[in-house]
Amino acid sequence: MEIDFTTDEMMTIAAARALGNDDICFVGIGAPSAACNVARLTHAPDITLIYESGTIGTAPDILPLSIGDGELCDTAVTTVSVPEMFRYWLQGGRVTVGFLGAAQLDRFGNINTTVIGDYNAPSIRLPGGGGAPEIASSCGEIFITMKQTLRGMVEVVDFFTSFGHGSGGTDRADLGIITKGPTLLITDLAVWRPDPKTKEFIVRSLHPGVTRDHVQDTCGWPVKFADDLGVTDIPTELELTTLRDLKARTEAAHAVEVA
Amino acid sequence: MAKFQSLKEAVSDNLKDGDTVAFEGFTHLIPHAAAHEAIRQNRKGLTLVRMTPDVVYDQMIGMGMVDKIIFSYAGNPGVGLLRRMRDAVENKWPKALEIEEHSHAAMANAYEAGAAGLPCAVFRGYKGAGLKDVNNNIREVTCPFTGEKLAAVPSVRPDVTFIHAQKANKRGDILIEGIIGVQKEAVLAAKRAVVTVEEVVDDFDDVHVNACILPRWAVTSVCVVPGGAHPSYAHGYYTRDNAAYVEWDKIASDRGLFQEWMQKNVLTVDETVFEKRISTLKGAA
Repeated sequence: MEIDFTTDEMMTIAAARALGNDDICFVGIGAPSAACNVARLTHAPDITLIYESGTIGTAPDILPLSIGDGELCDTAVTTVSVPEMFRYWLQGGRVTVGFLGAAQLDRFGNINTTVIGDYNAPSIRLPGGGGAPEIASSCGEIFITMKQTLRGMVEVVDFFTSFGHGSGGTDRADLGIITKGPTLLITDLAVWRPDPKTKEFIVRSLHPGVTRDHVQDTCGWPVKFADDLGVTDIPTELELTTLRDLKARTEAAHAVEVA
Repeated sequence: MAKFQSLKEAVSDNLKDGDTVAFEGFTHLIPHAAAHEAIRQNRKGLTLVRMTPDVVYDQMIGMGMVDKIIFSYAGNPGVGLLRRMRDAVENKWPKALEIEEHSHAAMANAYEAGAAGLPCAVFRGYKGAGLKDVNNNIREVTCPFTGEKLAAVPSVRPDVTFIHAQKANKRGDILIEGIIGVQKEAVLAAKRAVVTVEEVVDDFDDVHVNACILPRWAVTSVCVVPGGAHPSYAHGYYTRDNAAYVEWDKIASDRGLFQEWMQKNVLTVDETVFEKRISTLKGAA
């Protein structure tokens, strides 16, 4: 049976698949949050989701609009203070995966959410890093999810908000960072993983119906494709239904709140 | 020792021109009513501190009260950017804004160090991050025992901290529930602390023994302002007014519209409007 799905849905579902039942996951807001909760509602029911507001082991029925929505606290195993969150749980090395979005990303997984242009005279002042600089260095590994655009996926990020693999190779280890850093990039078009040596993101699989040209046309660096380039498995009915139900519940709940 | 006061008196007594001030709240319990009173009293030359400056800091910056902001994430949560703050940073309107930018980990550690009476905070952070190249207050120390290089930032020691909480008891002790953020640290790090609360109850006898309570002698002033966190929320009292955050994006996108809105909704009203604003948001989380 042919199942219709959007590129956004494919992105979220592909990202959800990367998470395991035993993961302790620090969740960024937006696309990562949807993916993490789809994982929890499908193949990873015991995954621990942590939001930087201090909610540990949260299981929201609807997606939060911000990292500090009441729903996260209501459904959490425990809610701790923000200093405890960052000191004991994140810096303490207890988080296996950090799941981040990005305004700007380069081929080595360096992320910019601080400024477009010069820091002291920016053309666009973005919100800033929030928890990301230390999420990027303290979590066991980092997954990144974002939609592909030429503005977003750039040759060089304007600002190193969160350090990925720097200029590649052993840059990360050379700075004394012992965690793996970015190990996975999921876009609306493809699944990427870093080359083991150079650390440059390589396309490992294209989402169904996507061509190499699609990927290159929306990416600001010359894209490398794996020799054994695959096709991402299409969403299952369970994955799609779970995601759509979650989004529908979220929209309904927020519509009631604002009514 | 906590003194029960009107919000007007509490702001007037505790917030001076040129102060370093934190209006803390991590999405939850943001002290909007207190900040609006500060706007009405037209305080100038402030250094604002907060991990997550959002709508209410956008308003104070747009009103020209702020010289400097110390922060780690400046956005309208779930909506986008802070347009008044951007206008100040990008175009110096209504005046230039000095920024001291950190990460959440740094700010949380800096508040905790402030509460602990330490001059600086030490933590493992900023590795490879660009902020340490643009912020001279991010430095490095070497662990004297292991030789590990660690990040150091100055502690945050506000002249005054404002927070919003659910309850005070009659003695003036304060109960904070739900997402407690960094409010306890922000209060204990400050020279003076003003707390607005939803209500005053007789006692806290039925509260869990490990609840987050600030004893009355750790607080300067308590003001009863129902709805005082709106459009943020108060766990157990009212939900977040998401529509107001979305609406703010439109209001803040235009200087004239912004000034009109401030005139109508802040400058010519008082804190009693907050109770009305939450009337349709009650009964949920």
